[in-house]
Amino acid sequence: MRNSTKLILLCVATLAIIALFLGKGLDAHNYRFFLSRRIPKVLAILLAATAISWSSLVFQTVTNNRILTPSILGFDSLYVMIQVLLVVLAGGLSPLVIQPMLNFSVTTAIMAGLSLSLFAWYFYGKQRDLFSLLLIGIICSSLFSSVTGFFTMVIDPSEFMAIQASMFASFNNVNGALVYWTIAPMLLCLALLLKLAPKLDVLWLGPDNATSLGINVRKLTLQIMALVTVLISVATALVGPVLFFGLIVVSLTRQLFSSYQHRLLLPASSALAAFLLLTGQWIVENLMAFETTISVIINFVGGSYFLLLLARNKVN
Amino acid sequence: MIKLSGLSKKYNDNFVVKDASALFPKGVLTSIIGPNGAGKSTLLSMASRLTNSDAGEVVIADKPLNQWDNAALAKRLAVLRQSNNINMRFTVRELVAFGRFPHSQGRLSARDNEIIDKAMEHLDIQHIADRYLDQLSGGQRQMAFIAMVVAQDTDYIFLDEPLNNLDIKHSVEIMGAIQHLAHDHGKAVVVVIHDINFAASYSDRIIAMKRGQVIKSGDTVEVIDEAVLSDIYEIPFTIREVEGQRICMYYR
Repeated sequence: MRNSTKLILLCVATLAIIALFLGKGLDAHNYRFFLSRRIPKVLAILLAATAISWSSLVFQTVTNNRILTPSILGFDSLYVMIQVLLVVLAGGLSPLVIQPMLNFSVTTAIMAGLSLSLFAWYFYGKQRDLFSLLLIGIICSSLFSSVTGFFTMVIDPSEFMAIQASMFASFNNVNGALVYWTIAPMLLCLALLLKLAPKLDVLWLGPDNATSLGINVRKLTLQIMALVTVLISVATALVGPVLFFGLIVVSLTRQLFSSYQHRLLLPASSALAAFLLLTGQWIVENLMAFETTISVIINFVGGSYFLLLLARNKVN
Repeated sequence: MIKLSGLSKKYNDNFVVKDASALFPKGVLTSIIGPNGAGKSTLLSMASRLTNSDAGEVVIADKPLNQWDNAALAKRLAVLRQSNNINMRFTVRELVAFGRFPHSQGRLSARDNEIIDKAMEHLDIQHIADRYLDQLSGGQRQMAFIAMVVAQDTDYIFLDEPLNNLDIKHSVEIMGAIQHLAHDHGKAVVVVIHDINFAASYSDRIIAMKRGQVIKSGDTVEVIDEAVLSDIYEIPFTIREVEGQRICMYYR
């Protein structure tokens, strides 16, 4: 089957599941109520799917590996940690915490600063191999989680309860207030990534060959990392951290679409991600009656897959 | 013309390359020879902007390297390192097409396709154009990478050990193709090479290095000399002429 045919089929399947999601049990009387609840949710899942899949794919390209994603290196936990620190430092009733857009912008800005310096340390010091990077990532990630956990315990309980819902989004509790606000920065990032896509293709050849072909690898890497940070912030703000989802989606996309061109891989990965997330969420809501969350399923499947990749040592 | 003057590079106070100067004129195939750890690859990397130098200057076409815009330089200078592990499946044609990136930014014109075909023809690999790189032998893969550099169509070409791990047939074909680029297309070609007899047979000029320093540089006949080579490699050399060609004997 040709790649374009596959992409079209995937988009049709995604549209079908969107229709299923939005359309269930609608009639002339209740549609306003249901749609006002469901549209932000579906939109949030679509945006998060795109943010996670695009950021993971381009991250793997610039770091020249097929196993690490921003989430595995602790970007998601960094986002959550910054949220908790904001509450601790500014107080639970501060506009920094309560106003979704302000909270999102401030968190993203701090995160961009931190992750870029973290990244500079990861990659510019000297050539580090993948496994030490993985170790550093896991250490950072658990450090961020521990800091988060620590302050969650220390914080005033009533204050914490009040802000918990808006701070820690999940698929069953999508952050609806933020959905429309994130569309503009998302679209900007996606447009910039599409513009950089041909250069990313050249990066497949490794940094030396890319330099020889006129790519300023350092500059491109920094640009991509800045965009990845914004995308991760969007995804984490909307649906919370999903550790292994990026890994699964990017891997599956590569297996389904045998192409090196980011201009195909990027849209394909977001269609696939949206399809998987919506289908999973539909199953959780309708077949399992909310008794589990899709994050649990993703982390179970993704974690097993991650172990498999490590065991087969197909890291490079 | 590329001019290197006083180039140095050190890692933790150890000089890998020390005060090296060289000229790479157009239309000439220059080989860099020397034992392991002599700094050949580092010199080539510094000359081709893959590695920063700690001291000294590289001047490319009368303009210092640090004043060149990387994208503009890619239309004038191409470099290929020795190990090219690629994480992605490409066909030979797709790989060679990347050579046109500096000129087309990924949108291939009819002229680009023509140049890609010519580059593959130049290395005689048209018959494997649609095969994937991971299905090829090491020699064929190396030919494909060199075809990419040829397709880039630059005035200056740097190749780091292009014959590494190749059999005799592929080595001869590659050196023939490289020599053709220098002599018939007027390009400045610089290769780091270990096989001294390949260097002696194909290059016009040779730069001999040892412990980071340029010991001798000049026309091939000046460097392929028993005293010079014995000093550099620290083993006795005997040189014979076979059909007008200097051949080094260093086996026992």
